[in-house]
Amino acid sequence: MKTSIFAAGFCAVATLAAAETPVLTVYTYDSFVSDWGPGPAVEKAFEEECGCDLQFVGTGDGAALLARLKLEGKRTPADIALGLDTNLMATAEESGLFAPLPEPRPALDLPVEWNNAFFQPFDWGYFAFVYDKTKVTSPPKSFRELAESDLRIVIQDPRSSTPGLGLLLWVKAAYGDEAGGIWEGLSDNIVTVTKGWSEAYGMFLEGEADMVLSYTTSPAYHLIAEKDDTKAAALFEEGHYMQIEVAGKIAGTDQPELADRFLAFMASDRFQSIIPTTNWMYPAKIPSGGLPDGFETLIRPAKALLLSPKEAGEIRDEALAEWLAALSR
Amino acid sequence: MAGRTQPLGAIRWLGSGAAALVLALVPGTLAAVFLRAESTGAITASDWAAIRFTLIQAALSAAISVVLAVPLARALARRSFAGRRFLIALMGAPFILPVIVAVLGLLAIFGRNGLLNAALGALGLPAISIYGLPGVLLAHVFFNLPLATRLLLQGWAAIPAEHFRLASSLGFTPRHIFRWLELPMLRATLPGAFMVIFLICLTSFAVVLALGGGPRATTIELAIYQAFRFEFDLGKAAKLAALQFLVGAIAAAIALRFGRNALFGSGLDRTIERHDATGRITMLADAAIIITAAGFLLTPLLAIAVSGLQGIFALPATVWHSVMRSLLVALGATALTLALSLPLALLIATSRAHTPAISAVEAIGYLSLAASPLVIGTGLFIILFPLADPVALALPLTALVNAIMSLPFALRVLTPAIRDAEAAFGPLADSLGLFGRDRLRLFLLPRIRAPIGFTAGLAAALSMGDLGVIALFSAPGSATLPLQIYRLRAAYRVEDAAAAALLLLILSFALFWLFDKGGRTNART
Repeated sequence: MKTSIFAAGFCAVATLAAAETPVLTVYTYDSFVSDWGPGPAVEKAFEEECGCDLQFVGTGDGAALLARLKLEGKRTPADIALGLDTNLMATAEESGLFAPLPEPRPALDLPVEWNNAFFQPFDWGYFAFVYDKTKVTSPPKSFRELAESDLRIVIQDPRSSTPGLGLLLWVKAAYGDEAGGIWEGLSDNIVTVTKGWSEAYGMFLEGEADMVLSYTTSPAYHLIAEKDDTKAAALFEEGHYMQIEVAGKIAGTDQPELADRFLAFMASDRFQSIIPTTNWMYPAKIPSGGLPDGFETLIRPAKALLLSPKEAGEIRDEALAEWLAALSR
Repeated sequence: MAGRTQPLGAIRWLGSGAAALVLALVPGTLAAVFLRAESTGAITASDWAAIRFTLIQAALSAAISVVLAVPLARALARRSFAGRRFLIALMGAPFILPVIVAVLGLLAIFGRNGLLNAALGALGLPAISIYGLPGVLLAHVFFNLPLATRLLLQGWAAIPAEHFRLASSLGFTPRHIFRWLELPMLRATLPGAFMVIFLICLTSFAVVLALGGGPRATTIELAIYQAFRFEFDLGKAAKLAALQFLVGAIAAAIALRFGRNALFGSGLDRTIERHDATGRITMLADAAIIITAAGFLLTPLLAIAVSGLQGIFALPATVWHSVMRSLLVALGATALTLALSLPLALLIATSRAHTPAISAVEAIGYLSLAASPLVIGTGLFIILFPLADPVALALPLTALVNAIMSLPFALRVLTPAIRDAEAAFGPLADSLGLFGRDRLRLFLLPRIRAPIGFTAGLAAALSMGDLGVIALFSAPGSATLPLQIYRLRAAYRVEDAAAAALLLLILSFALFWLFDKGGRTNART
């Protein structure tokens, strides 16, 4: 107890001393700020060069982050929002809370064209079904093959999970009007639908399912951090839907220059080289040192699927209705 | 004789204050969300389907839990064996586990790849799948059977030992004893236990979805979640939360109508000499019931222990920091729970006339059971945001919300104990002129020490295991242990997460055990 009082006092003094240094407040999702996410290393690296205090605030996931910003409205203390994805961008832009990006915008290494005035990508990944090579010897090569197989999968609910929504849009982008039929075919393969990614991935690791909806980069974690090369992602012929994670500058920020500097830093080698082994995603710009060893073993889809923010916004209610109808039978 | 109507004076004001705080935090936050809403979507057909499914699963979960609790509580009430108290306490552990931990523990036994299916496979029998309504019910019974058993054990302990002695000297058979002693007690106790569990299951969501096998298992809470984060529609979220309240209120009203408040004892601390149950067959039956229930409730815990054991000494330092934070939050929540529940319980239990006002206060105490945690968190945020930085207050707010969530259980334990004490010794205290603070200090508090300890233990353990509102306001360096478990899982660190889950289980149980034991030591009962 004594130490915590001491610590509280110490923090108060430290806050007073820091009153001179400008503070940059970055809202992001919870796993970004966790001790195992990119947050701590990014904070250290940026503070070394900005002469400022970078403060992260974590809130749930990307959708929770946007809900929080909309709740706070123009009075939000955030200077930067980091961690939205393309599926949330339309709503985010409509909110009027974001300022245009500073020019010139940095060049990036994305598999698709990027030309958005408000949001700058910091990492990206492909959704994929991950399996255990020792248990599944001939993985399906498409949603149709998956539906015809007797493989069992766990997926996430699009209403409560970002990857869940990604899968919904993946099927819709690949199959359009036939999406409902694909879901009907998949319904007997689905063991269950979880609230979030963690539950689903945990159930897969416990052997409850043969495959789980995750990312093509997931096997890299097992390979690099655990020296376990048994996990792989199945390559689908119809292409893989992308998740591009972006950051934007809050229009009402009281630190506009610092926010611009952070956005520039986000495309730098220092920031981008932290991403692959903390967020387990592809960096938006390949750092000069290249990708970490092990990433070359990952599957590279021939075709990247991505709906524009506008399309995604328009189509998702219909896609959700199809999903519900097919799986509620 | 002014003192007769108000034996505890100032307590009434404190109790009313506690009720007002609950009103501000539960319906108050709902109102805040509603007022902040810009547009409001209509309740759709799929929302009605969610409401229907919620009602069905909650009613079945509660019914199965209380029905199974009857033989279990009866067996535990009339048997004494070494480690009985420890077993009762340990069987309560599922109740306090974070959802993801409990689900994985259950699946280790009952899942597709679980022990049960391995055993069936070895015997050449077909595998079973629990996903769907059976999985939802299995999980809810796993969580709530211990609670139902505890509530019924209180009922059994409240039957005076003299009645059993009298029954035995009158030559009552077990059937007579059931008819004349146990049945009236069950009739009074079961509706209350049913109601509490029904309300708990009403707001359940992540478990229902994970084991429910798909969107058929959509509950109201998930629909609220969807309104918040898929549709960004605060108004609809508030509407659905209000509906959830309404359902809860109707259930509570029905339960209160059928269940009279029995004179529960604080109980549990003694087995009653039962001459009717000494037969060999009843003894074997009781043993079988206790062993089966213990197997059902403890094997998933054992699975959690086994998977966490390896990593527990290698946990990163930051996990230990979150342990400290969680302990502080749990202790804070415990103090707050007692500060709120004692005055409320005293207000309810010492009112000599059962006025509508008192019934209302009693109902307010149970409100938080039917509340949506997401709505409380968001409402709190809306209320606090213009005044202070909610992120800076993350830990105190978590403690406060945890305390409000423990309040219904605290009231369920404390109110009957105080009523009991007042019924037995109140007139004596009156004739001795013990009123106000002296009555509390010299007579009531010493008599209800054991239930206070039990309440404190329950509040501490519940708070320790609850993710609560911290997930909405988290800043780096403020993670509690449950949040840290989620973060470890989100970072693929499954082994560390399993170890942290075991740590959480041990700490929650230790807190519960210490408080519960502290309450019983030298208790003058």
